[in-house]
Amino acid sequence: MKVGISLVVIVLLTAIALVGAGVGLNFVFGVIIPYAAIAIFLIGVVYRVLKWAKAPVPFRIPTTSGQQKSLDWIKNDNLESPHNTLGVIGRMLLEVLFFRSLFRNTKTELKDNSKLVYGSSKWLWAGGMAFHWSFLIIFLRHFKYFVQPTPKWVMLLQDVDSFFQIGLPIVYITDFLILAALTFLFLRRVMDSRLRYMSLLNDYFPLLLIIGIATTGVLMRYFIKVDIISIKELGTGLLSFHPILPEGVNPLFYLHFFYVCTLIAYFPFSKLMHMGGVFLSPTRNLANNNRAKRHINPWNPEVKVHTYQEYEEEFHDVMKAAGLPLDKE
Amino acid sequence: MAEDKYKQEDLLKIEYCPPRKDWMDSKIDFEAKKGNWCYSAVPAAMEYLDLNTEMGKWQPHDKDWPLPDNWKEIIFEGLHDRLKKFRTLQIFMDICVRCGACADKCHFFIGSGDPKNMPVVRAELLRSVYRKEYTTAGKLLGKMVGARELTVDVLKEWFYYFFQCTECRRCSVFCPYGIDTAEITIIVRELLDLVGMNIDWITTPASNCFRTGNHLGIQPHGVLDSLEFAQEELEDITGLKIDLPVNRKGAEILFIAPSADYFANPHYFTLLGYLALFHEIGLDYTWSTFASEGGNFGLFHSHDMIKRLNAKMYMEADRLGVKWILGGECGHMWRVIHQYMHTMNGERQNGLEEPVSPITGTKFENAKATKMVHIAEFTADLIKNNKIKLDPSRNDHIIPTYHDSCNPARAMGLIEEPRYIINAVSNNFHEMPENTIREQTFCCGSGAGLGTDENMEMRLRGGLPRANAVKYVNEKHGVNQLLCMCAIDKATLPPLLEYWVPGVEVAGIHELVGNALIMEGAKERTVDLREEPMLGFDEESEKVSAATGEDTENV
Repeated sequence: MKVGISLVVIVLLTAIALVGAGVGLNFVFGVIIPYAAIAIFLIGVVYRVLKWAKAPVPFRIPTTSGQQKSLDWIKNDNLESPHNTLGVIGRMLLEVLFFRSLFRNTKTELKDNSKLVYGSSKWLWAGGMAFHWSFLIIFLRHFKYFVQPTPKWVMLLQDVDSFFQIGLPIVYITDFLILAALTFLFLRRVMDSRLRYMSLLNDYFPLLLIIGIATTGVLMRYFIKVDIISIKELGTGLLSFHPILPEGVNPLFYLHFFYVCTLIAYFPFSKLMHMGGVFLSPTRNLANNNRAKRHINPWNPEVKVHTYQEYEEEFHDVMKAAGLPLDKE
Repeated sequence: MAEDKYKQEDLLKIEYCPPRKDWMDSKIDFEAKKGNWCYSAVPAAMEYLDLNTEMGKWQPHDKDWPLPDNWKEIIFEGLHDRLKKFRTLQIFMDICVRCGACADKCHFFIGSGDPKNMPVVRAELLRSVYRKEYTTAGKLLGKMVGARELTVDVLKEWFYYFFQCTECRRCSVFCPYGIDTAEITIIVRELLDLVGMNIDWITTPASNCFRTGNHLGIQPHGVLDSLEFAQEELEDITGLKIDLPVNRKGAEILFIAPSADYFANPHYFTLLGYLALFHEIGLDYTWSTFASEGGNFGLFHSHDMIKRLNAKMYMEADRLGVKWILGGECGHMWRVIHQYMHTMNGERQNGLEEPVSPITGTKFENAKATKMVHIAEFTADLIKNNKIKLDPSRNDHIIPTYHDSCNPARAMGLIEEPRYIINAVSNNFHEMPENTIREQTFCCGSGAGLGTDENMEMRLRGGLPRANAVKYVNEKHGVNQLLCMCAIDKATLPPLLEYWVPGVEVAGIHELVGNALIMEGAKERTVDLREEPMLGFDEESEKVSAATGEDTENV
């Protein structure tokens, strides 16, 4: 049902883009929508992050996943239970770049109806890594469509990405990785009963949208040739705020571009904000040095406490009888 | 007993594949689910703590819950307030991608197969309401985007599932964004409490603790009696009359243990261990009848309650004029001390000094601000510096494994200290499988205030992963004792193991320290602190070894 609706939305988006490009609304799809999407993205992301950042972190609650720093002769695991900023940076880098926590993943099974076993389960980690890294590299490679001349680092990135190339056309490893990873992530979501149970439209839609982006990209790159020179004119024009609308660009490009714009505009309202949120997660980005350094809660409330004096007053007689020392005789 | 009521084969029929239907419209049938929830809070306890008593006497299986008329308003006001106060709440509401990594990490899901015990779905119970209230898409598209109205049924669902989370944080170890269900559970429990909804097993201990200083409501003379009883018992076993300083001003160290250590079994043997150790090293310390509880059920209630109950530690340290505080074996107590105490009650910390071991001179720099040291850190340091004599062979009748309690492992990183001690006092230590210990340790299934008898089915289910790992080492290595450093563990693991792994007992680490400790001037030891014969030390074997000329002291 939720997959179905997501698909319908994607089909609608596709129709809008193709019809729009077909009737010559190039200015709308080539200029207005991209600028609007970027504006929504920037304002939305900044608003979201500021909103998060404005909320205080009253308590220092890192989830420790390794040995604390205590006695000198016990080795502290500064990456899993960091005691200083360096350790926190290391922990965050491992988390953000290599998905450390996901790498720990296990699969629980009940064997013979009596034995629980926890097998290693790295598929989600591998799929996630393949997807995110491919996405990043493809995103960076696309700078060649926005900057003239193509920056050297982009060329270098292309060379590395096409390392296994034999013959023409140039085939990028990431193109295939991302499609494979997306297929895996999608199949996992629809076929695994637990994933299906927890999944929402909010999960299927961005996944299908990104599949749409990757597919149209791959189509243009390897199967349906488009006029790259014109597209680069459009891209550089957009980035330099002097938009040019080249003639005769394949509608497939506009479809690809419209999907991307949709993703960009959708980003701040969606779970995709995990990209920013992961940096702000207090169970990961705080040092485990609670007892060595006081953490201040800006709204630390006054609460009613029970004092020793009240306690002694209530139990004075029994304390006296038991021979316990008293503050007031 | 649990064995009669629940058959293992029934509990082990666990289905990890949830149904195809949507989860949003369910109703909890509390009558049918007896054994999986806890009784409601009694008004007297709520009243003593100045909490909302509008609901009066009610029970979850009542058809109509006597909610205050403006309950919805109260909840939303509370939620709004907390979103402004906790970055965690905002982030955890906004960034979950439902990747499912947490799904099979929760002991309650593993033991029950109830899909709403997958941490992600537990959080979605709140997230769905949040989306409806705070997001445009949620307002417009509703259920399709995971948003739903807050109704009485949703509230009942919250009550059911957020009192089916033990705040153990195992899921947060596996979450790629560190989403911490414990944080969400604490906050939802706060919201429920605002309308007057709570459970007895949390509010009664909390109110007892507020009044008498300990969860069981034992008055000062009762605390003293119990400690004196332990003093006599230790004299019977060792022949030594130890000092028992209570409420003594001017001591160097205030010692605070969970109150179960002096009132409950098998905690009590850990108490004997502490007493023997402190006597042997000549520690200048005192107990307190006012700060007679290290545990803090406030953690299972609300942030404010944590602070209210925790305040006595610094207040009492200040009154007695001690230099620093030493804390006993307890799990959630240490989450509070390590992650909340100083932030909450730092202003009450007067005159304490940076903790230094009076025996070894070691500075506990990791505790220099809070000024409270964990007894495992303290004892490990004693052993490392050869300040106590230990004979591990006195524990040869025990084949121990070690259960990392959730909070020391995942909120402190106190992982190696206990292992160092165990290896010094035992020759037979065996670890459980690696996915069930250290930061991946499994909860006892009864933490966070859920250790009540009426909740037994859920406890047996939630404790299954732990018990199963114990069973593995029991069968493989003949393990017969499960060591732990948590008062809730010591209370709830014995019935759990009796059900799943009969024959394995539960003990604290300092019980084994007490067994192995060679005390100056003590009589020949033939029994351990439980007064059970020690292997190779009983009178029979003494005769044999005396005949063969062996040194029976084995020092």
